[in-house]
Amino acid sequence: MLTLSTQLSTYLVIGAMLFGFGVFGLVRRPSLIGMLIAVELILSGASVNFMAFNHFLAPDPATGQIITLFIMAIAAAEAAISLSIVIAVYRNYKSVETEDLVELKG
Amino acid sequence: MNPSLFSPEGLSGVIFLIIIGTTFLGAFIATCAQRLIRCVCGLAICFLGVAGLYYFLNSPFVAFMEILIYIGAVCITIAFAIMLAEPDDAKMSRKINGLSGFLAALCGGVFAYALAYAGVNGTWMEPASKVNDGSVKSIGMSLLTQYSMVFELVSVVLLVAIIGSLVLAQVGRDKE
Repeated sequence: MLTLSTQLSTYLVIGAMLFGFGVFGLVRRPSLIGMLIAVELILSGASVNFMAFNHFLAPDPATGQIITLFIMAIAAAEAAISLSIVIAVYRNYKSVETEDLVELKG
Repeated sequence: MNPSLFSPEGLSGVIFLIIIGTTFLGAFIATCAQRLIRCVCGLAICFLGVAGLYYFLNSPFVAFMEILIYIGAVCITIAFAIMLAEPDDAKMSRKINGLSGFLAALCGGVFAYALAYAGVNGTWMEPASKVNDGSVKSIGMSLLTQYSMVFELVSVVLLVAIIGSLVLAQVGRDKE
C-alpha cells in the first residue's frame, strides 16, 4: 500500500478516474460554467496519463513534460475563450443554463 | 516487501496516499457541489493534488506550472465568469433530474473503468535506455530545439485566443 507511488498502474487508474469524473460532470451539469469545470478535469486526467507514461516508459523524459505544458497552455486559452462566450451568451439570454439556450431547436 | 510506516519510504507513501485523497476529494466537490463557486474551489483542490502527483513523478517544474497556471489563472478566470454571469439564486437551485444523474454516473463510470482496465492490463515496454534525465535544463533544451515550432505555434494560438475573446465579448456588448 505504501509503495503505490512507484507503480505505473496507480497513475493510470488516477488519470482514468479523473477522466471519468470529468465525463460525469459534463453530462450532469445544467450550466455552461459547470461544464467548463468538468472539461478542465478531463484535460487534467489526460495530463496525468501523459506524465505517468513519460516518467516510467519514455526514452526521453522531457517529451511528456513538454506535452503537459502545451496542454496547460491550450487549457488556459480554452478557459479564456469559454469565459467570453459565456459572457456573450449571458448578455443575450440572461442565463447560462443549457436548457434555456434553445433558440435553434426546431 | 513493505517499508515500515516511519521509514522515509513509508512516510512518502503516506504523503502519496494523502495526495491521491486530495485529488479525488477535489474532483468530487467539483462535480457534485450545488453552487458553482464551491465547484471552482473543488477544482483548485483537485489541481493541488494533481501537482503533488507530478512532484512524485520527478517533475517539480511541471508541478509548479500546474499550480501557477491552473490554480492561479484558470480557476481565477472561471471565478470571474461566475461573478459576471451567475444568475440569481432562485434560478441556480434548479433541481437535477435523478435519472440524468444516474445516467451521468453510469457514463463516467464506464469510461473510467474501461480506461483503468486498459491501463492496468496492458503490457507496457520498458525503454532500453533513457536519453536524458528529464530535468528542467533538458526541458528547456528540447523546448527551444526539437519543439521550437510547436512552441511558436502555441504562442500564436494564445494570441489568437486573447484577441478572439476580446472580439466575442465586444459583440455581446453591441447587441445589448
